[in-house]
Amino acid sequence: MSGIPHDHYEPKSKPEKWLHKRLPIVGLAYDTLMIPTPKNLNWMWIWGIVLAFTLVLQIVTGIILAMHYTPNITLAFQSVEHIMRDVNYGWLLRYVHMNGASLFFIAVYLHIFRGLYYGSYKAPREVTWIIGMLIYLAMMATGFLGYVLPWGQMSFWGATVITGLFGAIPGVGESLQAWLLGGPAVDNATLNRFFSLHYLLPFVIVALVALHIWAFHTTGNSNPTGVEVRRGSKEDAEKDTLPFWPYFVIKDLYALVVVLIVFAAVVGFMPNYLGHPDNYIMADPLVTPPHIVPEWYYLPFYAILRAFTAEVWVVQFASFITGGIVDAKFFGVVAMFGSIFVMALVPWLDTSKVRSGRFRPAFRFFFWLFAFDFMFLMWLGAMPADGPYASLALLGSAYWFGYFLVILPLLGLFERPTAVPETIEADFDSHYPPKSAE
Amino acid sequence: MFKKTLLSAVVALGLGGNAFAAGDAGHIEDIAFSFEGIFGKFDQQQVQRGLQIYTEVCSACHGLNLVAYRNLGDHGGPSYEADQVKAYAAQFEAFDPELDDYRPAIPSDYFGNSNDENAPDLSLMAKARAGFHGPYGSGMNQLFRGMGGPEYIAAILNGYTGEEMEQAGTILYANTAFPGGWISMAPPLFDELVEFEPAHDNNVEDLAEDVATFLMWAAEPKLMDRKKAGFVAVLFLTFMAVMLYLTNKKLWAKAKRKD
Repeated sequence: MSGIPHDHYEPKSKPEKWLHKRLPIVGLAYDTLMIPTPKNLNWMWIWGIVLAFTLVLQIVTGIILAMHYTPNITLAFQSVEHIMRDVNYGWLLRYVHMNGASLFFIAVYLHIFRGLYYGSYKAPREVTWIIGMLIYLAMMATGFLGYVLPWGQMSFWGATVITGLFGAIPGVGESLQAWLLGGPAVDNATLNRFFSLHYLLPFVIVALVALHIWAFHTTGNSNPTGVEVRRGSKEDAEKDTLPFWPYFVIKDLYALVVVLIVFAAVVGFMPNYLGHPDNYIMADPLVTPPHIVPEWYYLPFYAILRAFTAEVWVVQFASFITGGIVDAKFFGVVAMFGSIFVMALVPWLDTSKVRSGRFRPAFRFFFWLFAFDFMFLMWLGAMPADGPYASLALLGSAYWFGYFLVILPLLGLFERPTAVPETIEADFDSHYPPKSAE
Repeated sequence: MFKKTLLSAVVALGLGGNAFAAGDAGHIEDIAFSFEGIFGKFDQQQVQRGLQIYTEVCSACHGLNLVAYRNLGDHGGPSYEADQVKAYAAQFEAFDPELDDYRPAIPSDYFGNSNDENAPDLSLMAKARAGFHGPYGSGMNQLFRGMGGPEYIAAILNGYTGEEMEQAGTILYANTAFPGGWISMAPPLFDELVEFEPAHDNNVEDLAEDVATFLMWAAEPKLMDRKKAGFVAVLFLTFMAVMLYLTNKKLWAKAKRKD
């Protein structure tokens, strides 16, 4: 299915021919596994495999956890502790699943930032990028739904705050919120539907991942130079690529195992480090925790949400021209979803003809500032939303939008890129010179 | 250059645990508990002493509703023999819905709820509190010293200054570890309050550490299994990584002209 010329599967034996005529599934598997892959891919191209592995890990551990979990507000908290205490290796399943969510998000952030740095989103890979963004949104939803299930204090109050965001939508907000919750407040109906959806969404993600892979197998992988694989003939293509199996399978497996060493250490030695102690207290609608903080992977967006208070002039302006329909709360919600929306539009916002950041010195400066901004917002999301933090969060949010809406469109027009190698082969050879040239 | 991203991501991990801003949090001292670290193990004698302190002192008000008497015989905790567990359980009564009455407790019964409705259940207390925060929301303190739940418990028990005040009919006790500085629990421990057999140090600090250890076991009874599994997994994965590194190197040698 790849546009890069390569050998295809030829059924040889009679049964193979018989099946191939009716369902070319072996051919599909062969072409997927043997896809010509740019041979200069660096270590930032390993996160896809880590993500695929983590998705399977979460589904497998999740299905087993669901066998022992009870989605009822009087029993949910105890059933999680039953898993931790009485189910054989239940503690392992639960800690792996819990920290697997963090592994998932670390990997997806590195995967996304790799795409942003090397311009992987540019034509013809816009569809891959958009599907990727949809996967990311589905992951955020799944993570949030799952965090509610143990029915701890942060589960309950996190659910209250996040569903409250929908309540901020003018007009339909309150009805929408009640519809999502199954009642006027977070209660048993909420827990039941969240459990149902938490079980459903991962399979939606599986389908989206299949499309994501199909899309980039159609265009071929991007690579650190951003130069396309030569497609004139099979011989040319073979100079730029190596088959996925065994070269990249082994490389990716090696990288995956190194990542899993860190993961095993976190699960084994500090499984609650990334969690919140309050979630070991059963949900109590009458006691609000002093600080309601989402999981670490939502913090940058949480900071953007809280940054736009009623004192900010853009908010006052928006409120003025809409006659008060858009208030600070709704503006914050729009800003939060907008921050991901502008990222999804980056294939059309980045005007540079050069794909990879490797050859764009000016872009690199702004990119690293953007990466810093992401970390900065993550830190601010965990801090109280007052005093200097409020102004800093506004500054961080402004840069986020400025990066996508102003810097990337203008940079392509003004910057002077450095020389891009002719071919992937030339780039590879400059790292690993041919014997004759030595 | 992506190493920078990786490094920042690792730093970002710290942000997860830093929910609380320093503000009005009390003062918590780090304690070198035997169960901390990669090879940490519960000191069986200490968990047993902690159980005795819980039984004689804490249980007057606080419940332990997620722990069953049978757990006292589990490996990796107080590890009592089956007959000892039975004897321990038999000291208490449990409500039997079939009899619609109380009967002597058996190992499959649970410790039960708090007697005082204002006293929180202690089953998960060692994980539901954190002792160390920051600095500056980085989470680094928890990375190096642990979450600090057991330290928090010990610090509360050690933190009474002796001052009292009355507020809306309730007496509050000054405590250096409790957020806000005033706690409604009267000082529960005194030097030599609990006598051990065989004799063991029983000043307030010793008792506080023993009971904090017991509550850590109550909150995380599979801690020793977990650390062992973690160590074996890290060891095995490291071996796998070395094998795959060599395989990968050999596989790519020709393409990279290094053979």
